[in-house]
Amino acid sequence: MTRALHDPRLPRLLHPAAWWAWAIGLAMAASRTTNPLLLGLVVAVAGFVVASRRELGSASPFGAFLRLGLFVIAMRVVFAALLGGGVPGTTVLFTLPEVPLPAGTGGVRLGGPVTLEGVLAAAYDGARLAAVLACIGAANALASPRRLLRYVPATLYEVGTALVVALTYAPQLVEDAKRVRSARRLRGHDGRGPRELARLAVPVLDSALERSLDLAASMESRGYGRSVHRDAGSRRKATALTLIGLCGVVAGVYGMLDGGSAPLLGLPLLLAGSAAAAASLAVGARREPRSRYRPDPWAAPEWVVLLSGAAAGAFVLVAAQRAVPGIVLQTSPAVWPTLPWLPALGVLIGLLPAWLAPLPPLRALERENHPRGSTRSGTTGAGSGADSIHQEDTIQDSNTENIRSAS
Amino acid sequence: MIRFENVGVRFADSAQPVLRGVDLHVEEGELVLVVGATGSGKTTLLRCVNGLVPHFSGGTLSGRVTVDGRDTRTHRPRDLADVVGVVGQDPAAAFVTDTVEEELAYGMESLGVHGDVMRRRVEETLDLLGLADVRQRALRTLSGGQQQRVAIGGVLAAHPRVLVLDEPTSALDPVAAEEVLAALTRLVHDLGLTVLLAEHRLERVVQYADRVVVIENGQVSSDLPAAAMAMSPVSPPIVNLGRLAGWSPLPLSVRDARRVAGPIRATLAGRTPTRVVRSMTTAGHAEPLLRTRALVVNRGRRTVLRGIDLDLRAGEVVALMGRNGSGKSTLLAASCGLLPVRGGSVRVGGLDPKSLRPRELLKHVGLVPQDPGVLLYGETVGAECHAADTDVSAAPGTTRDLLVHLAPDIQDSTHPRDLSEGQRLALALAIVLAGQPPLVLLDEPTRGLDYGAKTRLVASLRSLAAAGHGVLVATHDVELVAELADRVMVIADGELVTDGPAAAVLAGSPAFAPQVAKVMHPQPWLTVADVAAALEAS
Repeated sequence: MTRALHDPRLPRLLHPAAWWAWAIGLAMAASRTTNPLLLGLVVAVAGFVVASRRELGSASPFGAFLRLGLFVIAMRVVFAALLGGGVPGTTVLFTLPEVPLPAGTGGVRLGGPVTLEGVLAAAYDGARLAAVLACIGAANALASPRRLLRYVPATLYEVGTALVVALTYAPQLVEDAKRVRSARRLRGHDGRGPRELARLAVPVLDSALERSLDLAASMESRGYGRSVHRDAGSRRKATALTLIGLCGVVAGVYGMLDGGSAPLLGLPLLLAGSAAAAASLAVGARREPRSRYRPDPWAAPEWVVLLSGAAAGAFVLVAAQRAVPGIVLQTSPAVWPTLPWLPALGVLIGLLPAWLAPLPPLRALERENHPRGSTRSGTTGAGSGADSIHQEDTIQDSNTENIRSAS
Repeated sequence: MIRFENVGVRFADSAQPVLRGVDLHVEEGELVLVVGATGSGKTTLLRCVNGLVPHFSGGTLSGRVTVDGRDTRTHRPRDLADVVGVVGQDPAAAFVTDTVEEELAYGMESLGVHGDVMRRRVEETLDLLGLADVRQRALRTLSGGQQQRVAIGGVLAAHPRVLVLDEPTSALDPVAAEEVLAALTRLVHDLGLTVLLAEHRLERVVQYADRVVVIENGQVSSDLPAAAMAMSPVSPPIVNLGRLAGWSPLPLSVRDARRVAGPIRATLAGRTPTRVVRSMTTAGHAEPLLRTRALVVNRGRRTVLRGIDLDLRAGEVVALMGRNGSGKSTLLAASCGLLPVRGGSVRVGGLDPKSLRPRELLKHVGLVPQDPGVLLYGETVGAECHAADTDVSAAPGTTRDLLVHLAPDIQDSTHPRDLSEGQRLALALAIVLAGQPPLVLLDEPTRGLDYGAKTRLVASLRSLAAAGHGVLVATHDVELVAELADRVMVIADGELVTDGPAAAVLAGSPAFAPQVAKVMHPQPWLTVADVAAALEAS
């Protein structure tokens, strides 16, 4: 590894695992608090880093994740208002007509008084999930999950194929749905309403499935998973180790995220899981014939990004452990949220990658061509970088034109 | 290099075997072209080479296929990946990674090529296929031609000794197709690569082939190109011209044909094709079916059409040409009200298509999209026809009658997905025509069609025009345009650059000229039929 890689000023793509670790750190912070100010801060930090370190021209699912988050909050609030939600409250906002339910349904009711406390509790809870989603969206935008998938060991051949196919399947599904719906108009229907949707489902699923098969065939004929299966015994050992390791990691992350589980269950599980996964990689790597094109280096900037995310998570985690006021907001009676300054400072550490992570290459090129002051999207064609980016947009659209030809 | 010994392939759900008794031997360094009608088993034959049939597709394979001495019965596709590279019909469907460089390296990574070697080969491949300036770009942002070259590069970088390509140019405009074929022939000549290639548009590839394999009724025969073309059920215009003129050996390239075409040019000197006369007389003064004025259309933030003025009258067949992504599909979509208009106007029969309810729209304009399959939802052809009748409240059986006219031998009980490309197109066209729209739009109708299906399509569209419909076809296929269109419009970068009679536009530029025009230049003949008619009259 050359020393240049340690310099954050050298434009390059960061190791995807670093971004995902950073995002998990932030998500951990978000999952331990219900304070909307703190959650807003987490989302803002994630958004700012995405805005300053996302590679130009790459897909940006961040907005979609934000919208999904808003939807989650809305759903939580609506259901809490409708079904009560079990949070006792005295401040009645308005009263819905109540449908009498048979006795023995527990705290569940249909309609009835809607209390401020109930709504707030639901909104805070939804906001927590929304912030976690935003962190995942940020990771997606900063490092495409496909790049992360390059590090799935070939010992997990089937899992790897399935993951790659699934990742392609989802966006294709959306695109196909649009296409088929607009084609529906050509047959004299507007493509709305449940009956229409039912008719559309079959062709959409059909074509997406077909594409997935194409992709799997392509991976197969290009040698994915070659000779991994030759020695069945060692393969089984490696697969078992990897699966155990991954389960450990997942359970560990869950433990860290979920405030309700035993406080010290998460960290040891995470560490043990990581160790098992690492061991399986070592076992697998010895036999794995696969090589890697321009493997992402892991140098100082990766550590900075990883640690900044971990620090953000750790601050809130510790604060939650010590029950610092303002981390979990009181809802009955409702109080104005205040920002607990120490955890907030911790979350702000997560902002460091916006300056300390290296710029991605295309973004760096553009910055060279448009030094300070010039706007990003409005200008055209002053230099090669901007040109190529501009052209990229154009061609991208023309391609989607082909895809959406029916529209 | 590739050896088929008495190979038969049968899929579980069909009574007839797709291939039977195939004996084929492809030598190292040959470029072999596989031809045959749609659905004749070309793709199946190609996929046998690396074992995708039967390992991936299912079905039963009898006999033996060996590649470089490896038997596909005992080697799975991934075990053959170092010898055979396969590029499928749709390059975008096969991309595994996100960017050009990663895609080129993907195969080598799977094969375990050492990092330094891999680095060097990626650089070489970028240069070889002219992809160096797009190396960091995301794959989905590339044009069709670039995507096809990346797909080829992706398998090529792994240094296979056999390259198998399924319709590598069918989605490409003429210039992009030239690019891809030029890259391929260079590989064959410089690296001694063995290439097995299937293609419908023979006019583009047949002159590069060392040998032609013809598939008919599940059986194959292989011969030298000229000899194979003399017997083949499908043949490019130049071969048809050669057969008409009785040239022997049959010419396969424009150059060969021009050298023997002196006498026929002398015979026809001073005559005018009847077509030119026709297109002059049809340009009447009736109210146009489609009229756009200063039409500006956006897709997202990007302006795709910048001020298009066009008129299309009843009885006219107009071809819309232009490179991949120039705005052809957008113009068609805007004409059906599928896209909002940002500036100017579009009128279909005097009405704004965007304001029409879908049911009304059907009576004014019909569009057959690029992939006709998206119009089809039914379980059977019969159900589909019935649904179309109810959609436009036509008399029961209307669509079915139209379909019989377009493609006679389709069973009612067939699932639309089991139809051949040509049959599916016919079904979609019949559905669109059920509403009797005065204006019919088609987007890239000839992708995947063999010559027979194309001829039937031309006949149906011409009879529509004769019945007073206006037809607008967006296409890359110059041979189709030569046979079909009265008028040609060329779009570049969202602007209309040419609008004129087909003969003048097609003969005027080498990229758009059909083969017959190139052979007969400077005389204005476009199709074999034109020449035949004139010869008969003389």
